[in-house]
Amino acid sequence: MASAPPGPGPARSTVAALGNGAPPLVAVLLLSSAAMAYEVLLTRLFSIILWHHFAYMMISVALLGYGAAGTFVAVAQRALLPRFEAVFAGCAALFGATAIAGFVLAQRVAFNPLEILWDPGQPLRLVAVYGLLFVPFFCAATAICVTFTRFASLPHRIYSVDILGAGAGSLGVLGALFLLAPTDVLRLAAATGIAAGAVALARGSVPPRRLAAVLFAAAAVVPFVLPAAWTGLRPSEYKELSQTLTIDGTRIVAERSSPLGLLTVVESASVPFRHAPGLSLNATMEPPPQLALFTDGEGLSALTRYDGRREPLAYLDQVTSALPYHLLRKPRVLVLGAGAGADVLQALYHEARAVDAVELDPQVIDLVQQRFADFSGAPYGAPGVRAHVGEARGFVAARGERWDLIQVALLDAFGASSAGLYALSESYLYTVEALQEYLAHLEPGGLLAITRWVNLPPRDVLKLFATAVAALERSGAPPAQRLALIRGWKTATLLVKNGAFTPADIAALREFCRARSFDVAYFPGIDAAETNRYNVLDRPDFHDGAIALLGAGRGDFIDRYKFDIAPATDDRPYFFHFFRWRALPELLALKARGGLPLLEWGYPVLVATLVQAVAASLLLILLPLGVLTRRAQDPATPAAFALRVAAYFLAIGFAFMFVEIAFIQKFLLLLAHPLYAVAVVLCSFLLFAGLGSWFSGRLPPKGEGPLRRPVTGAVAAIGALCLLYLVVLPWLFRLLMPLPDPLRILFSIALIAPLAFAMGMPFPLGLARTAARAPALVPWAWGVNGCASVVAAILATVLAIHAGFAAVVVLAVLLYGLAAAAFPR
Amino acid sequence: MKHLLGIGRILAFLLLAMAGAPGSAQHDFDAQRRGMVDEIAALARETAFETGKPALDARVIAVLGKVPRHRFVPADQLGAAYRNRPLPIGHGQTISQPYIVALMTDLLQVRPGDAVLEIGTGSGYQAAILAELTQTVCTIEIVPPLAREAEERLRTLGYAGVRTRVGDGYYGWADCGPFDAIIVTAAASHVPPPLIQQLKPGGRMVIPVGAPFLAQQLMLVEKNRDGGIVTRQILPVRFVPLTGKH
Repeated sequence: MASAPPGPGPARSTVAALGNGAPPLVAVLLLSSAAMAYEVLLTRLFSIILWHHFAYMMISVALLGYGAAGTFVAVAQRALLPRFEAVFAGCAALFGATAIAGFVLAQRVAFNPLEILWDPGQPLRLVAVYGLLFVPFFCAATAICVTFTRFASLPHRIYSVDILGAGAGSLGVLGALFLLAPTDVLRLAAATGIAAGAVALARGSVPPRRLAAVLFAAAAVVPFVLPAAWTGLRPSEYKELSQTLTIDGTRIVAERSSPLGLLTVVESASVPFRHAPGLSLNATMEPPPQLALFTDGEGLSALTRYDGRREPLAYLDQVTSALPYHLLRKPRVLVLGAGAGADVLQALYHEARAVDAVELDPQVIDLVQQRFADFSGAPYGAPGVRAHVGEARGFVAARGERWDLIQVALLDAFGASSAGLYALSESYLYTVEALQEYLAHLEPGGLLAITRWVNLPPRDVLKLFATAVAALERSGAPPAQRLALIRGWKTATLLVKNGAFTPADIAALREFCRARSFDVAYFPGIDAAETNRYNVLDRPDFHDGAIALLGAGRGDFIDRYKFDIAPATDDRPYFFHFFRWRALPELLALKARGGLPLLEWGYPVLVATLVQAVAASLLLILLPLGVLTRRAQDPATPAAFALRVAAYFLAIGFAFMFVEIAFIQKFLLLLAHPLYAVAVVLCSFLLFAGLGSWFSGRLPPKGEGPLRRPVTGAVAAIGALCLLYLVVLPWLFRLLMPLPDPLRILFSIALIAPLAFAMGMPFPLGLARTAARAPALVPWAWGVNGCASVVAAILATVLAIHAGFAAVVVLAVLLYGLAAAAFPR
Repeated sequence: MKHLLGIGRILAFLLLAMAGAPGSAQHDFDAQRRGMVDEIAALARETAFETGKPALDARVIAVLGKVPRHRFVPADQLGAAYRNRPLPIGHGQTISQPYIVALMTDLLQVRPGDAVLEIGTGSGYQAAILAELTQTVCTIEIVPPLAREAEERLRTLGYAGVRTRVGDGYYGWADCGPFDAIIVTAAASHVPPPLIQQLKPGGRMVIPVGAPFLAQQLMLVEKNRDGGIVTRQILPVRFVPLTGKH
C-alpha cells in the first residue's frame, strides 16, 4: 500500500486511490505522548539552565512546528501520502533523534538572556535556539498531520488518541520526573518517539517489518547509550549556583530532582555562606555554619546548623521579619513557605509556643529532616514544631484553627525578583483573597507578617500594602488602624493585625527599629519626621506611598504610579507584574545611565513572544493557502469555503486553549498544589475531550430541533457550562476546600468531565466536514488549529494579566459561538 | 572552493593589517576611550543624580580617560571595551557599565593618601581606577582564576602598588586598613560587620545591589565622626515613580 507512486491528480483522488485502511492509532498515541512529554520537559530543562520566562519563549516559538507541519503536509501531500508508513516512521524516528540533538545543541548556543538589550548578537542566538527546538516538534507534528490527512474520514478516532496521548505524556512526564533525572526523562521521551515509528512500520508488509525491528532496537538502545557528557546540563554561568561553585572549597553534597524543581545542596569548606538577608548593620554576630540550598540553580536559602542552643541563632533577631516577635509573647506560629527552615529557627529563637511549618516540596523537608539531620538538628521535629507538606494557601483554607502569627517567608530570590523574572508566574499567596484568608485565621490581636525585598523605586512592597488595604476593607476592618510597615536596607516587613495596634505595640515597634537602624514607614499615628532616618532615600517613597494608599486618592495614586501596584486578586494573580508600557520609553532612554535594571522583563518578553508567534503563524497559514488555492482548480474548494475553514479552526484552537488554561488556574485554588492542578485538570480535559471526540464520530450529521447540527449542540453545552462554572465555582470551592485530597480530585474530575467531553467534539466534526468537501484542506486546517493553540497559550496569559481569567473564559465562549457560525458548510 | 579561497585571502589580509599596525589600533582605543569619557561626563551633567551633586568629580572623569579599559576585557569583547555597557569577563562575573563605575568611584570620594579596600576584584578595572586616585588600594577576589588574572594584569599595566589577595572578603583586610573607602562589588546578603569596623570614622562604603548585568541600586554606607552609621540608597538614574509630579 505504501508503494503507490505519487499521482499527478489532485490530492483528493490520491486519498481516494489509497483506500481507507486503519490509522496507526497506537503509534499516534505513543508519538503524541512523547511530543507532549518533550514539551513539558523542555520547560523543566530550560528552567534549570536558564530562567523560566525564556524557557516559555523558546518553547512557544518551537511549538509553531505544529503549524509548520500542517503547511508542509498541505503543500507536499501528494508526495507524502502514498508513502504513509515510511513518512510516519521516518518522522517519528527523526523526532527521537532531534529531540535529544536539538536540546544538546541549543545548550551549546551561547545565548545569554541577560545581555539581550546590550548585545545585538544575542537575538540571533535566540533565533538559533528556536530553530533547533523547532525541528523535533515539526517532525512529530508532520507524522500526526499526515495521519489525519491520509485517514481523513476518521478524524474522530485519530484526534481522540492524539489528545489521549498528550494527556498520557503530560502525566507520564510528571511521574517520570519524580523518579528520574531530567536528562534521563529526555532519553525516555526520545525513545518513545522512535518506538512510535517502529509501531507504525510493523503494520506494513515484510521488509518494513524488518526495518521496524531495527527501529525498535534503536529506540531501546540509542538514546540510553549516548554519553552523559553530551546531554549533561550546562547551566548559565550567571545563575547563583554556578557562581557559588566558582569559589574554592565548594561542592555539591546532595541533589534531588522532581517536577517542582532541581534541589541542590552545596557545602563550602573554606568560605562560609553566612546567609542572613538584610541583617541589621548594627549586628555584630556572624551566622552559624550553613549549607546552601538552591532550587533550579537559583534562590539560595540557607540550611543552618542548629544544635538546640538559642544563642547562635541570635542573628535571626536582627532582620526585619523578627518584628512580630517583639509585639507578641510566645505566639503560636504558622510559617508559610518554610523551605530550609530559617523562619522556623527564628520562631524557636523567639520561644514560640508552637510552630506549624508548611512547605510545598517534600524533598526540601526530607533534606532538612533526614539527609542533613545531623547538621540541621532536624528543626521540623523540634518540640512544638509540626511540618506539613502542602501548598500554603490551600493549607490555610482547609484548616479550622487560628494562629497568633502567620509568617509568610521570603520565598523568591532577590536577583530574580528585582529583574521581574516572576512577572508571569501566577501566585495565589499574595492576592486580596489570600490575605483575607490569612486574616480570618488569626487569633484576636494576632499578626500577619509578610516580608519582601526592597526594590527601588518601591514596587512589590507598595503593591503588598495596597493588597492588604483592599483585604482589610473587604473584611470590613479599618486599614489605617491595622497596618504597620518597616524597612531595612534590603528587606521590608508588613504587619497586618487582627485588631487595632495599641500604644504598647507602637512603642515596641519603634524600639525594635531604633535598636537595629531600621526605618519605620507606616503605623497608626506615624509622624512623617520619624521616617527615612537610618537608611535614607532621596524621598520617603515608602511612607508617602503608604499614606497615599490609605487616603481617598488611592486610585489616582495607583494610576499615576509608573509601576503596576494595583492589588493582585485571585482572578488576576500576577503579584509580580509591575510593568507599565508608559514607563518603557523613559527606562530605555535611561539605559546608558544604568536605568535598564528598572525594566521589569517578564512582561515585555511575553509580548515579544506573542508578536513572534503571531507573525510566524500568519506566514504559516497564508503561505500554503496561496499554493493550495492555486493548485485546487476544484470547484469544491471555493475561497469562501477555505475562509470558513480557517475561521472555524482558528476560533476553536483559541477557545480550547483559553478554557483549558483558565480552568487550570481556577482549579489550582481547589487542588491547592500546582502539580496536582496541572496533572488532574490537563489529564481530565484531554481524557474526556478524547472520549468526546470518539463519541462525535457516531453522531448523525443532522438531528432534530434547534441544535440539530452536532457542532451547535456541543458549542451550546460548552458555553453554558463555562458560564455556569464562572458563577458557581468560587462558592463551590469554598465548600469543597476542607475535604481530603482524593475527594477534591474526584470532584474536580467530575466538574471538568462534561465540559471537556463537549470540547472534544468541534475539532473532529470540523475536520470530517472539511475532508468530505475539500480533503486538500485537511492538513492546512490542522496547521491553522496548531498555530492558534500556540498563540492562544501566550495570549491567555497577556489577557489574564490585564483582564483576569474570567474574561479569558468569556472570550472563549464568544469564540466558540463564532466557530459555530463559521462551521464549514 | 573559489569562494573559500577568496574569504581566506581577505581574512589573512585583515589579520596582517591588524598585526602590522599596532600603533593605529592603540590610537583607535585612545579615541574610543575619549569618546566614552565624553559620553559619561555628558550623561552625568544631564542627570544631576540623586545625591544632589550636579556632576561627577573632575578627577574621576580624568582617571576614566587614563585607564586602558580594553586591557581588562576578554579578547572577544575588545570591540565593546569602551561601550557604555557591562561586559562578561568569564566565571559568571561582569565588568560594570563604565557609567556605574564612574558613579561608584565618585561616591567613594577618594583623596590622595586614602586607604581603599575593594571586595570583588573581578577584572581589576575598578582597582586600577582607584589606584589612579590614591596609593593604598587593597583588593580581594574569591574566585581564584579571576584573582590570578587580575593580579597579573594589574602588574603588567603598572599598577603594582595594588595589593591583591585570593579569598574570603568577609573579614576585610585588617593589615591594610582601617579604610577611608570600601567598595563591595561581590554579591552579599548582608554587610559584613567586620567591614564596618574597618571603616574609619568619616569613611564611606559603596555596595551595588542587583543581579549580574543588572546593578540596580547603590548602597552608600557612611560612618560619622562619632562612629554612627547612616546608609543611603541611591538609584543611578533619576526616575520619579509618579507621573505628573516632577
